[in-house]
Amino acid sequence: MPLWERYHTPHSVADALARLAEYKGRARLIAGGTDLLIDMQHVEKGAHTLAALVDITSVPEMTRIEVLDGWLHVGAAVTHTSIVNSHLLEREATCLVESCGVVGGLQVRNVGTLGGNVAHALPAGDGTTSLVALGSRADVAWHDGRREWLPITEIFRGPGVSALDSTKDLLVGFRFRRCRPGEGSAFKRIMRPQGVALPVLGCAAWVQLDESRRKLADLRLCISPVDRVPVRATEVESQLRGKAISDALIRHVAASASQVLHPRASKYRASAEYRSHMIETLVNRVLPLAIDRARSGIARAEGVGLG
Amino acid sequence: MTLLKLTVNGIEHELDVPEARTLAGLLRDDLGLTGTKIGCDEAECGICTVHVDGIPVDSCIYPAFKAWGRSVRTVEGLACRDSGGGEQLHPIQQEFINHCAVQCGFCTPGLMMTAAALLESNPKPADRDIKVALKDTYCRCTGYSSVLRAINSAGNMLRGEDPLPPGEPVVDEPLNSVGRSELVPDIVDRVTGRARYTDDYTFPGMIFGRTLRSAHPHAVVRRIDSARARALPGVHCVLTQADVPGENVHGIVTLDWPVLIGENETARYMGDAIAIVAADTAEIAEQALRLIEVDYDPLPVVADPVYAHTREAPHVHVGREDGNLLKHIKVRHGDLQRGFDEADVIVERTYRTPIIEHAFLEPECAIGIPAGFDEEHAKLTIYVGSQIPYQDRNQVARAMDLPDEMVRVRGTLIGGGFGGKEDIAGQIHAAMLAEASQRPVKLLYTRQESMLFHPKRHATVIRIRTGARRDGRLTAVEAELYGDAGAYASLSDKVMTRATTHATGPYDVPHARIDCYAMYTNNPPAGAFRGFGVTQSAFAVEQNMDLIAEELGMDALELRRINAQKVGVVTATGQKLRESIGLLETIRICDEDLRGQANGNFRWNWREGNVAWGWGAACAYKNTGLGGGAPDKSAAEVEAFDDGTVEVRTSSADMGQGLVAVLAQCAAEELGLPYRQVRVLLSDTDLTPDGGPTTASRQTFMSGNAVRHAAIGLRDALSSVLSEEHDHPPDQLRFEEGLVRVNGSNVKFGDAVRLARSQGYPTRIQHEYWGPKTQPLGTGGDMHFAFSYATQIALVSVDLDTGVVHCEKIISATDVGRAINPMLLQGQIEGGIVMALGNALTESYIVEDGVPWSTLLARYKMPSIKHTPEIVSYLVEDRVPEGPFGAKGVGEIPSINTMPAITNAVYNAVGVRIYSLPVDQDALLLALRRGETEVHTAWHDVRERRQYA
Repeated sequence: MPLWERYHTPHSVADALARLAEYKGRARLIAGGTDLLIDMQHVEKGAHTLAALVDITSVPEMTRIEVLDGWLHVGAAVTHTSIVNSHLLEREATCLVESCGVVGGLQVRNVGTLGGNVAHALPAGDGTTSLVALGSRADVAWHDGRREWLPITEIFRGPGVSALDSTKDLLVGFRFRRCRPGEGSAFKRIMRPQGVALPVLGCAAWVQLDESRRKLADLRLCISPVDRVPVRATEVESQLRGKAISDALIRHVAASASQVLHPRASKYRASAEYRSHMIETLVNRVLPLAIDRARSGIARAEGVGLG
Repeated sequence: MTLLKLTVNGIEHELDVPEARTLAGLLRDDLGLTGTKIGCDEAECGICTVHVDGIPVDSCIYPAFKAWGRSVRTVEGLACRDSGGGEQLHPIQQEFINHCAVQCGFCTPGLMMTAAALLESNPKPADRDIKVALKDTYCRCTGYSSVLRAINSAGNMLRGEDPLPPGEPVVDEPLNSVGRSELVPDIVDRVTGRARYTDDYTFPGMIFGRTLRSAHPHAVVRRIDSARARALPGVHCVLTQADVPGENVHGIVTLDWPVLIGENETARYMGDAIAIVAADTAEIAEQALRLIEVDYDPLPVVADPVYAHTREAPHVHVGREDGNLLKHIKVRHGDLQRGFDEADVIVERTYRTPIIEHAFLEPECAIGIPAGFDEEHAKLTIYVGSQIPYQDRNQVARAMDLPDEMVRVRGTLIGGGFGGKEDIAGQIHAAMLAEASQRPVKLLYTRQESMLFHPKRHATVIRIRTGARRDGRLTAVEAELYGDAGAYASLSDKVMTRATTHATGPYDVPHARIDCYAMYTNNPPAGAFRGFGVTQSAFAVEQNMDLIAEELGMDALELRRINAQKVGVVTATGQKLRESIGLLETIRICDEDLRGQANGNFRWNWREGNVAWGWGAACAYKNTGLGGGAPDKSAAEVEAFDDGTVEVRTSSADMGQGLVAVLAQCAAEELGLPYRQVRVLLSDTDLTPDGGPTTASRQTFMSGNAVRHAAIGLRDALSSVLSEEHDHPPDQLRFEEGLVRVNGSNVKFGDAVRLARSQGYPTRIQHEYWGPKTQPLGTGGDMHFAFSYATQIALVSVDLDTGVVHCEKIISATDVGRAINPMLLQGQIEGGIVMALGNALTESYIVEDGVPWSTLLARYKMPSIKHTPEIVSYLVEDRVPEGPFGAKGVGEIPSINTMPAITNAVYNAVGVRIYSLPVDQDALLLALRRGETEVHTAWHDVRERRQYA
């Protein structure tokens, strides 16, 4: 049995939704297909034949990286490679470039998309972690014609479960505020060289310094996986918000973060205790980097390609 | 149906193909561009990489219709035509050849396509850029060092600079052909995509097979109902055990592995075959498998070898007198009690190594052609990439109830083997399906099926006690090994024997008692894997050596030097070593490199910020040849032609190691011919004599000798003719430069051949070479006819905040007897090191209660180019007189001591010793934080620490 029967390549959001509607749940969206085809072949083991795949990578508004009214827009069908190669994003959303730069290998980044990463709804999707830290919103085109900007965290309902039905609804893109002076971000993750290529732990931080550049006026921190869905580490954030920056403070908060957050053990990935230690390690590495970038206004993505 | 429009290698196509095609399927099946290989169908291995509008993508999971209107470039499109219509290789192809970055060649198209795209966008990449680009394009043979050099060199060429010189090792006294880095004859085919592996063959009317495997690791099959599968349109046949024409069994050493599990018989692991199907397409065959109903009565599972040895464990093979004990292997040497009485320090530890998967990049494939199919296939014929073609023939014949001579096995190119292509895979099933359907049947395993099915490296538990005097002399070794043989014997008896006999390490140990228990379990069978058991015991032996050194306050290399085997030493099996023991020289060279660079400030460890660094050393030895009393022989024939060329024939297998070149060099050397005038035909049971199994690092020695002697026979025949013709003594003729020099005149080699034939002299000589006689274990004397030796020193870094371990550098010295082809040899060493590095740091095949978890390549990480350390490799050529030109084996020796060198280095870096592989950063970090000095768990044990769940 083939994995699918027809392959459609619509050129607009409306056409894509219409195609999905036409197949009444028997068609699915495909962007890069780097997760989808593997799931169909090796997880579902080819047990079902889809009536159609609807490829949304030719929808122009979904493949753009652009600035609109003080917001940065990234289409859901933008590939990880396009994000990595974007100087605009490297400057203004460094953490997103860093997280997309460690996804898969080159061939997968060349076709895999940010929207696909988010739609997969993993608790520790690399791109997702940074989108949460950037305070992103997701542009959702619902099958009933509604179009809305959802806060990114509202996309996720559970491990691998998203609010969208990929046989009906469409994730069009993301937006977040442009980077202003005194702001910066960073992402790092811990991997192990064995087994599945899922992070042991990922951490993205966005910081905003006050005018003196000595205080953390605001910040967003996403450490994952510590919950069934990607979440902000709000308790940790509140220990830092409004505080004067010091090495001692960061070390203290990093240590306490590993007490406040309660990561689980994952079979074949990490013990909970190791993850707790890694929370401390990552906060100690990511926060100072984001702060440096905020202070200097210079941001060069690190670790791209060899995550 | 929509037509698919796209351009492939500059040619526009409009194709009427199913919309569910993947790009790889379209290229291979619809366009016949089989240079693009499929390694995993998971976007993991990267070898299927092609360019779409210049961008490298994994074609295995790229829907073909995604490429609508785009331009695709494959490996076939890399080369271009020069003005004369000849083929002009792309610099990347040329430099892959020049730097010997091609071994089996199966992954080569992927590596080259990924690299070509990189160089087109970045003509001067740093090594880091290359590692980024190729991170997920795997190669299991080369270890990537040569790949890095080749890409750098190609970059130079594209920028109009000089290519880099190949990093050719220095060798002693190169001869005319031997000692020179001749190219493998079909090397151009391997870089252009023309090289054909089994799955690249098609035959008229060919159909496709699939295999139904057991749903349980241990169960009685009660009922098999295949009626619905048979009724499915497109299905040609569904076969079960009742359809096996002959004996329902195979096995390399022990006949214990059923061809198919029948009703009321027991399935012993999840790879056991229940039914086989042939259908018009692989998809229909797959669908038919789902329609076969099987009822099972599950049985309790024997999941580990230590449990298997207990009284309460159920028997995997009911009715065996020894129960689950496949073999108890014993080494007795000297007086153990006396040895430990003489010891001033005694160290006893227990080590664990996991199951390791070969992960050769070409999954198993066999094509069966029914007898009488056409003129070329008068006999039942099997096309397969096999390490043992004659034994395949014998096993197929037994199951098909045919005389051996009525079966022909034709070896194809092999996309990597490493020991994993010795057992029967699909050969018998393909034969059955072909005869039943009277059609050619291709039986290609998916990667996932390959990982489930084929025999692996044995998991072991090794308790070892080592005693030494204050002066460093070892006095005794006592050890107990458990080896997980899995469901069927395969080569377990031999592999675990090698683990046992090598468990003293390459040292002079006067007293030893070693017991090994090879146990049947319901895990996938374990069999041959590069290193053949010695890899496992070396992990234990060499860490105990460092523990002894530490107790004695002695330098780790000094301790090894004091105890190193040398001429005159008697091994634990009672073999008195007489010659070619280059171990001390390998230690000396490594030591010199290590300390030489430090200008008197050498330290085994140091810290930089939050990173701890450490060096670690380990030695190794490995037998060449089967040994242990097994008759070890190889036959080869050499035929000379009037045009001055020679063809060498033997059934030995080239799985990427370059045997073709080595054999051609042996013949060229003896006949004084230019290398290019020698052709080699391998692995055809109708056309080539039996070279024996390609295993045990034996083919350079065995088939090399067979070819040498056959060539000498041919030379003697030609000498006789010419000496008569010219009335000149035969021993004064000289064969050189393609000529025979007779009494001042030059006779062309081809003319000599013509003359010989016209006078009725043989121009085709066959020689059956018998290796020196060996003795079975326990009888003393020579258990093996040669040993190779090695020392390796690893440099590791440990991130103290994460526990992440990197191997940064390996210094290696290897005693190979003689380097017949230095570049190919270097490839074996670099590839062997990186493979063993994977065993140390990344690899573990996980089975849970008999159910394999690691059945996706995504769940089994072998080393990628990003793991490749700097490798500094030295050769020691301590010749073994009986070897061809002094050579002994090299296939396995590089994969023996890397693991303990790395774990010794980890200990030196952070003071934590690793007793279980692969090194687990999680457990290592926790040990560091808790101030513990030992780690006994590995990555696959994370699940057991449930208190954190």
